[in-house]
Amino acid sequence: MSAANGAGARPAVEVRDLCVSMIGSGVPIVSGVSFDVAERETLGLVGESGSGKSTVAVALLGFARPGLEITGGSVRIGEVEVLDLKDEALREARGELVSYVPQDPAAGLNPAHRIGTQLREAFQVHEKLGKNELRGRIEELLKAVNLPTDKQFLRCYPHQLSGGQQQRVVIAIAFACRPRLIVLDEPTTGLDVTTQRYILETINDMAANFGASAVYVSHDLPAVAEVAARTAVMYAGRIVEVATTEQLFSQPRHPYSAGLLNAAPSAHQANRLVGIEGRPPRPGHWPQGCSYAPRCPHARADCRQAVPPLAPTESGSLVRCLHPMAVSDGGVLRLVPSPKPEVKGGEALEIERLVADYGGRQILHEVGFAVKEGECTAVVGESGSGKTTLARCLVGLHTRWDGEIRLDGESLRQGARERSREQLRRMQYIFQNPFGSLNPTMTVAENIEEPLRHFESLSRNERRAKALEVLGTVHLGEDFADVLPGRISGGERQRVAVGRALVVNPEVLVCDEITSALDVSVQALLVEQLRDLQMQRGLTMVFITHNLAVVRSIAQNVIVLQTGTIVEAGSVEGVLSAPKHPYTRQLLEDLPTLDPAEQATAGGAK
Amino acid sequence: MHAEADSGAVVPGPGSPEAGGQQGLSHWMRVHPVTSMIVRRILLGVVTIVMIAIIVYAATLVIPGNAATAILGRNAQPAKVVQLEKELGLNEPVLTRFVNWAENAIQLNFGNSLGEGVAVTQREKATENSVTSLARDRLANSAILVAAAALISTLLGLLTGVYAAYRRDGFFDTVGSVVSLVASALPEFVVAIFCVLLFATSLFTWFPAISVLEPGQSILSEPEKLVLPVLALVIVVTPYMFRMTRGAMIEALDSDYVEFARMKGASTARIAFRHALPNALPPIIQVVGLNLLFLAGGIVLVEAIFNFPGIGSMLVAAINGRDVNEIQFIVILLAVFYVLLNIITDVCVLLVTPRRRYPR
Amino acid sequence: MEASTAPTTAVAPPRAKRGGRARRILGQAVSTWRGKVGLGLTLAVVAVAFLGPLVGGSPLELMGAPFSPPGGEAGLLGGDALGRSVLARTLHGGWRILLVAAAATILAIAVGAIAGVVSAYRGGKTDSFIMRSVDVLLGIPQLVFVLMLLSVIGSKTWLVIFAVGISQAPQVARVLRAAAQNVSERDYVKAVAAWGVPPRVVIRRHVMPSLLSPLMVESALRLSFSIILVSGISFLGLGAHPPNPDWGVMINENRVGIAANPWGVLAPAILLAALAVGTNMFSDAIARSSLASGRAGDPSLELFVTSSTDPNDPQPLQEVPE
Repeated sequence: MSAANGAGARPAVEVRDLCVSMIGSGVPIVSGVSFDVAERETLGLVGESGSGKSTVAVALLGFARPGLEITGGSVRIGEVEVLDLKDEALREARGELVSYVPQDPAAGLNPAHRIGTQLREAFQVHEKLGKNELRGRIEELLKAVNLPTDKQFLRCYPHQLSGGQQQRVVIAIAFACRPRLIVLDEPTTGLDVTTQRYILETINDMAANFGASAVYVSHDLPAVAEVAARTAVMYAGRIVEVATTEQLFSQPRHPYSAGLLNAAPSAHQANRLVGIEGRPPRPGHWPQGCSYAPRCPHARADCRQAVPPLAPTESGSLVRCLHPMAVSDGGVLRLVPSPKPEVKGGEALEIERLVADYGGRQILHEVGFAVKEGECTAVVGESGSGKTTLARCLVGLHTRWDGEIRLDGESLRQGARERSREQLRRMQYIFQNPFGSLNPTMTVAENIEEPLRHFESLSRNERRAKALEVLGTVHLGEDFADVLPGRISGGERQRVAVGRALVVNPEVLVCDEITSALDVSVQALLVEQLRDLQMQRGLTMVFITHNLAVVRSIAQNVIVLQTGTIVEAGSVEGVLSAPKHPYTRQLLEDLPTLDPAEQATAGGAK
Repeated sequence: MHAEADSGAVVPGPGSPEAGGQQGLSHWMRVHPVTSMIVRRILLGVVTIVMIAIIVYAATLVIPGNAATAILGRNAQPAKVVQLEKELGLNEPVLTRFVNWAENAIQLNFGNSLGEGVAVTQREKATENSVTSLARDRLANSAILVAAAALISTLLGLLTGVYAAYRRDGFFDTVGSVVSLVASALPEFVVAIFCVLLFATSLFTWFPAISVLEPGQSILSEPEKLVLPVLALVIVVTPYMFRMTRGAMIEALDSDYVEFARMKGASTARIAFRHALPNALPPIIQVVGLNLLFLAGGIVLVEAIFNFPGIGSMLVAAINGRDVNEIQFIVILLAVFYVLLNIITDVCVLLVTPRRRYPR
Repeated sequence: MEASTAPTTAVAPPRAKRGGRARRILGQAVSTWRGKVGLGLTLAVVAVAFLGPLVGGSPLELMGAPFSPPGGEAGLLGGDALGRSVLARTLHGGWRILLVAAAATILAIAVGAIAGVVSAYRGGKTDSFIMRSVDVLLGIPQLVFVLMLLSVIGSKTWLVIFAVGISQAPQVARVLRAAAQNVSERDYVKAVAAWGVPPRVVIRRHVMPSLLSPLMVESALRLSFSIILVSGISFLGLGAHPPNPDWGVMINENRVGIAANPWGVLAPAILLAALAVGTNMFSDAIARSSLASGRAGDPSLELFVTSSTDPNDPQPLQEVPE
């Protein structure tokens, strides 16, 4: 099993045939998961939402979330079999032998206790320490994660710290008792790239200094590439590939791994992104045979017979596929650059000296830029940069602004209610969160028909026809028409939202972080779809995002927003290849990347 | 019921920017959030009481016949009525009368008892006939009743709620949830009647069925007369305590920080009492406050059933006898109790919620 | 492994059943045991109250000695304080309470819902005005408020309905304001606002439908509290007028003879208790099933089905009557 590991020594952590199922129904959530982690090694565990990676993560601590139970397998850490431990012994093992860093540090820290109390508790539940010794150990920990050690900091409550600080406190707690294994469950999700970079470095340093093995669970391929020496890919509750990270990202052997890589955008090259159509099977509905076969472009008849074993390949990795991809084709289509749309002459959207406030605070300071017809301009910024406020000013949802916004040369009023119907029709807005932007009490078709009711006077049948047509445009098909939004996936919902915007034939589309809630394979589909629309219809787009890699693949121009001010603007090519402003440079440097070459320069501590 | 953040308006929750602009006080005063909240709540409370006073005063104005007819009886000579009206200032403009009344009310002078409804014997023996002096003993009795019921139901609800949450879906939890659902739906006078049937008359005869006392006597001198009224109130109120405690504890036990505490290796007791309970406290405190309020209203029926000498039965008697002064006094007393209790509840909630106590 | 080879991709999920979201929620509520028991109790008492007058004998005729024992000259349940048949009076004494409570509930829901939704949608001064009024009304215990109005104007049926309705409206307003605010903050409502659709239309088409389930829960809950209040008023002698049979009045009249013939008190008390428990239980069932269906329909939760399998015991709305 430990083929990928090479060395003869017994691995520090050995997981064999781990199975987790729902209590009662016995529906498997995780099935036959096996991997090793060597001493001081970090293993990446990659998967999209619903793959079961987080269930595996907590199972390593002998824990199953409510409604689930560990039904079999073994988790050996050092000499201890974790799954055999009961009550007090298990309690002792957690934190001391194996510890856990949760996804959301703000939720993981108890809001009712001070930071100092929570740090002390990490020790106190396991060992009796003298007051001075305790203070010394806490100081040492805080220094290791580069947090202040003074009394005032220890007296803070979690909500008084920034997200990055909270995450470092949680990491400190996890390392407190110097566990053999530390499980990190998506520890950088929701953090800014700069903070994310910092946390990744902290994790690497801590793992090295404290001599711990680590399992790093994430959906974020570049982040995994930064920290993990080896990576396992999970799909529908099973591991489908285990390889060294370098190998995996340059020569994936499982079609799903390849699919993930093809879907991931790069900040350094404008590639055509290839998404994965369809969606993963839900628990209880796993197909016979290979779970990925229904979506796999290379699937053959025998794939649907039985679940393939996780078998070693000639390149040393383990792959759960009967027909692994050949090393030569690699599956990575990195060399297909994304096509460039034709940009016509006129300026579709002009923004001048835009000033806006929110709750008495000024959010935007004299922002100005223009978007040419048929062009996509990306607005990039971290949380708090004012990018969403900017988008909402454009469409008239945020009404407290000054300055000038012109659509096709016509000056727009502040609020949507004050604008003409025609102006409103021409510019459509797509929301960030696909789970909130569709009316849950209306079917998909009714949701799409909603703007038609307002903007056009059509008969019932005409509206319906238009809705069906637009469903085709967004590749959903008429089958989705009479379904409630609650029944479809996030990616599908976001396509419905795009369809709802397109149905009134707008000229400008304002997209506010529309891919941030989606998995990469779904994000890729959506990005490509938008580009197709841009090419075919000459749509103008304002694409708000925090993700520089997505910018590279969809936009022609980019403006970088920092605390409400434009610090850099220009062509995507120019800004991302040769950033001038230090902030832009910092953002690019901090961005985790899949490129092994880039990683060496970006300073991924390996 | 859930942490009624709306009326507080102090919660720095995420709100729409357009609807905002509500954080006035703390914005320009730069005071500690606790102070600003207390100030705001007191101001709001005063406004509430004034509004209620106006409503109460206005409502009692409409009573057919006025204080003069009430004193002299329906068949009094018109001339005498006019005479007394003049003496009582009833022919002044409404506003003047309200201001006079309010001035007196602030000094706790609600005038004399009027009607023929209230415990006549008591009035005859009272040296004074003022509403406040009549109410004094009764107020003490009611306070004891409410305090005893509140204490017992809070302890009972808290303990059973925590236990049910901890053994969620277990036997105790299932039974407790059903019992609390049934008990919380019962009208309090029906509960009181069942108590009487069970423990005073038909089945057992352990306690007196009614709680009549000599005038001026404290209920504490005959505590067995307190048992059934307290029991009835406890039965009505405890279910809410149970349900809220259980809900708040379950929410806390399901949280990420409790999961993280488990992952740290914290013990069961530690998880329940150090991690979950402190975070479940705010909603629990809210429901304790609400229950006290409910008790303040609930005593009306329960006291009426047991003939308990408290202000609840006094109110019923006053209403039957159309004793304006007594009605005004009792309603305003209850309103002041409500406002004070609200402030105390909010301050307690604030004190156990660091997120609100310490601004970022 | 799973035997089914159901294709999992590119297949649209089941179509929505059209029409009757309310019916769906109700159907789901009835399918739970709480719903069955709640509805069963309620219907049983309703049947007694409305069919009783058709079969019961005279509620006013003096049949025998006061508090004569059950089975005697005053019928199956004995006689009351004046020697009238407890059975006949019980069968006649419920319909009025039910009608008055139902009317008061309708009033409470109508006034409360309008106030709550307007308050949520208008915001600003309208909101503060309505909510401060709600605070003031909540400052007086419900029963005290109702008694005050009744004592002032006199006990009239329309006034009981009005007073009970108005005293319950503030709670309804609070709940619906919170629900409406929650919905108004959703992106799908903002999306409609971004098309410049007038607020009236936004409320009608997009906010109101989402308020259906809180409205249903509130209706059943308010009915339960209305029954408690109306019968309490009768008990205190400010509702139905004495010679007429009424469960609240009966409890009051007959409690002095509780030792001689407990049925004079017990029969109306049991019916009232069954009614209040039934409606309350049914509201609990609606709350649970609408919560559960809300969860099942939300894919943001469905995606994480790995971490939570059953909608673990949704907490029902609970409220202390004031």
